[in-house]
Amino acid sequence: MRSLSPRLLDIPRCVELIQDLNFAEVARWKAEHPGGKAIAYFPVYAPVEIIHACGMLPVGLNGAGDRLDIQHADARFGSFICSIIKTTLEMAITGRLDWMDGMFFSTICDSARNLCFVSKRNFPEKYWDFIHLPQNAGSPAAVDFLEQEYRRILLQLESLAGRKADDDALRGAIRLYNHNRELLRDLYALRERHPERLRTWELYSLLRAGCFLPVETHNAGLEAALAELRAGAAKPRDSIRILIEGSFCEQPPLDLIRLIEEAGCYIVDDDFILGRRWFTQDVPSEGDPIRALAESYLNRSVYSSVRHDPRHPRPRALVEKARSRRADAVLFLIAKFCEPAYFDYVLFKQAVEAAGIPHLLLEFEEKAFTFERSRTEVETFVESLLFD
Amino acid sequence: MADTAKSEYRGEIHSRQKELMSAWYQRLDEAARTGAPATVELMISGNCVELLEAFDAVPLYPEINALQLAIRHQSLEPILLAEELGYAADNCAYVKADIGALLKGISPAAGKLPKPSLVLCNFVGCNTYIKWFEHAAVFQGSPLYMLDVPFLRADSPSREDVTYVVRQLREVVKMLEAITGRKFDYGRFRHAVECSRRVEDAWSRIKLLAQRRPSPFDAYFDAITLMGPLYVYRASPAGVEFFDIALRELEARAARGEGVYDQEKFRVVLEGPPPYPYFRAFRDMFAKWRACPVASTYSTVGGLWEFGFRHDAEDPFEAVALHMLEHNLTNRNFLQRYAQLRRYVEDWNAHGLIIHFVKSCRLFSAGQGDMRDYFTRVLGVPTLYIESDLEDPRYFAEAQTKNRMDAFFEALEHAGAHRGLPLAVSGPAGPHANPNLKVIP
Ligand code: SF4
Ligand code: SF4
Repeated sequence: MRSLSPRLLDIPRCVELIQDLNFAEVARWKAEHPGGKAIAYFPVYAPVEIIHACGMLPVGLNGAGDRLDIQHADARFGSFICSIIKTTLEMAITGRLDWMDGMFFSTICDSARNLCFVSKRNFPEKYWDFIHLPQNAGSPAAVDFLEQEYRRILLQLESLAGRKADDDALRGAIRLYNHNRELLRDLYALRERHPERLRTWELYSLLRAGCFLPVETHNAGLEAALAELRAGAAKPRDSIRILIEGSFCEQPPLDLIRLIEEAGCYIVDDDFILGRRWFTQDVPSEGDPIRALAESYLNRSVYSSVRHDPRHPRPRALVEKARSRRADAVLFLIAKFCEPAYFDYVLFKQAVEAAGIPHLLLEFEEKAFTFERSRTEVETFVESLLFD
Repeated sequence: MADTAKSEYRGEIHSRQKELMSAWYQRLDEAARTGAPATVELMISGNCVELLEAFDAVPLYPEINALQLAIRHQSLEPILLAEELGYAADNCAYVKADIGALLKGISPAAGKLPKPSLVLCNFVGCNTYIKWFEHAAVFQGSPLYMLDVPFLRADSPSREDVTYVVRQLREVVKMLEAITGRKFDYGRFRHAVECSRRVEDAWSRIKLLAQRRPSPFDAYFDAITLMGPLYVYRASPAGVEFFDIALRELEARAARGEGVYDQEKFRVVLEGPPPYPYFRAFRDMFAKWRACPVASTYSTVGGLWEFGFRHDAEDPFEAVALHMLEHNLTNRNFLQRYAQLRRYVEDWNAHGLIIHFVKSCRLFSAGQGDMRDYFTRVLGVPTLYIESDLEDPRYFAEAQTKNRMDAFFEALEHAGAHRGLPLAVSGPAGPHANPNLKVIP
């Protein structure tokens, strides 16, 4: 098997990683780490540092895209349920997740929560856990609670790993992921300033590839990519600047992201793979690491449709983000049947309209592969803005 | 051909229930007109009405309003209005009906509904509550408090879970003090909790009556009649009085050997909320077969007491926290629901399970296909799976539902379930073996 050197973290390789439903890269890691465990997590966020500090590989699962035929999961989850729920279960039923030793879900929506427990019944040999991420960020009690929740998880993982993760290991993991997030922030900033240099489908591929790689490898790859991009130059295109909101869980097909760009959009910010970019600043690597992670989750973090924070209402946060990125418009890119995204759409829409920001709603399914209607809608929208 | 029967029983319970519920709406109307008493918008699930009672604040349950609209066939108009605002076709229709009605000024009662003094989101399981109450607070211009209740990740809550909820309850107390201008009265709070305990006792005994054959109590359709007072008045003497009357009346029926059906034929367990827009039509589908719902998960959304939990006035804050964390359907995990249903089938001697999938509600419905698999394949319990909605009249296919119900009961009849022939059950029998079901080793 080809081993991945930083140099090889090019875009085609990233795309290959994302589309590989055999998870060869994870299998390779396990082969190289006899006895090593791989712990998956369902979107949006999971404290990957804790998994890493236990010597395990955190794997971010974001559905199976358009490469999986649903044959069994429909009978378990029925109508009106988003695609990622079914593709995740289908992967498990068809043995594609056999490498996985455990999986985390969290407080994002009712479908995902029930999936956690349905999975537990069907695959009792694996470790399934549900993290209660607090929804009352305004209360001082929330930090204390989350700290305890993380300690509970730590204990579970330690017993699974058969080893302890001490504070130094946790701090080391925090530093590695801080660096990872810093690189991603830099890449995002670069794309925002020079969207002609880095297409979003490329950035997305670089970002998501990290879900399947050890963070050290991903960091090296991102560093190389960043150096190359900083030195590069490209000709600006005639495009409008848009911000994408609503794709925090199920991910849009890569071809759809490409299509949006080809239709004349610079995507200047988005919420793809948001959990890997959860923190707006570094998590403190001094002091109690578990406390630092808990406290940062609540206080140094992005807004998201899957969390309630009375201190920062999301509609206002969206408008501020659009303004700070100088976005001409907001594209609500929402997975079919995604309850949190659709609920938020109502207040988001009112807020952007009040702020005079044009917007478009586009619904997707990860498993879709033809986008003619979407293309027309985006093109019409872009034209209306360009020739306004 | 199956015979039809009338299932409805009208006694003092019903007249008292009507009085209580209209008194509740009157108080809400009074608040709307005069600004007093204080009103607190609250979710039914694992509600903490005891705390409100301590402040004489009136709960405002949007679910009750939404279901009233649906039963009266008034839900479609507000739902459509909400969809114009941007709510998706498949967002929970309870929310859409409530928000639409709010913006249109539609009230399910004669009087007005007040702008709540506080929107208190008891986030107990369902994530939609968060969105619903965020929107309710914005559209009404009321303050919002998000009472975050950790989901039940293990069999019981941890000490940390309880502490977290209690600390937040104390924050709510501070808010209620500011809103009502009253000092928190611990004695009143304890009294409220004690009232709840007494109501829960009576309510549990009523539910256990349904273990008798024939069952004097329909634990789905009739339970809904009792659920209004259970949530609005549980923590008050009026609630205690009402439930004492209800218990006495139903015990007397049981003592006379009277059932919901004179000749009860089938006993079923119900999973999922009812299709409120077709409440009557749905009920008739059971009556036709003299099939009595003897237990239901829907009747445990606000609290699960028949397995023994009671509010304990010794430590009222902790009691309220435990109720919110552990002793209601919505904060319990999906597999705990399987166990609850299994216990119903076994202890209430049911012939089968009916799963009603409602498209609005992922909390109830996401994964019910797996549930069916468990009950049919692992346990061998005859199970019917039907789909519609609890609020949106556009999703009820009456003829199709009726055919499927008929086919289900015909199959039970054919298997001789009503004559006491055991139905096949595979897998290990639970601790509460049901003589209607035969275990296949
Ligand atoms: S896409 Fe939306 S509805 Fe589906 S699991 Fe994710 S958050 Fe839940
Ligand atoms: S999703 Fe279900 S539990 Fe949640 S508010 Fe809607 S009907 Fe109630």
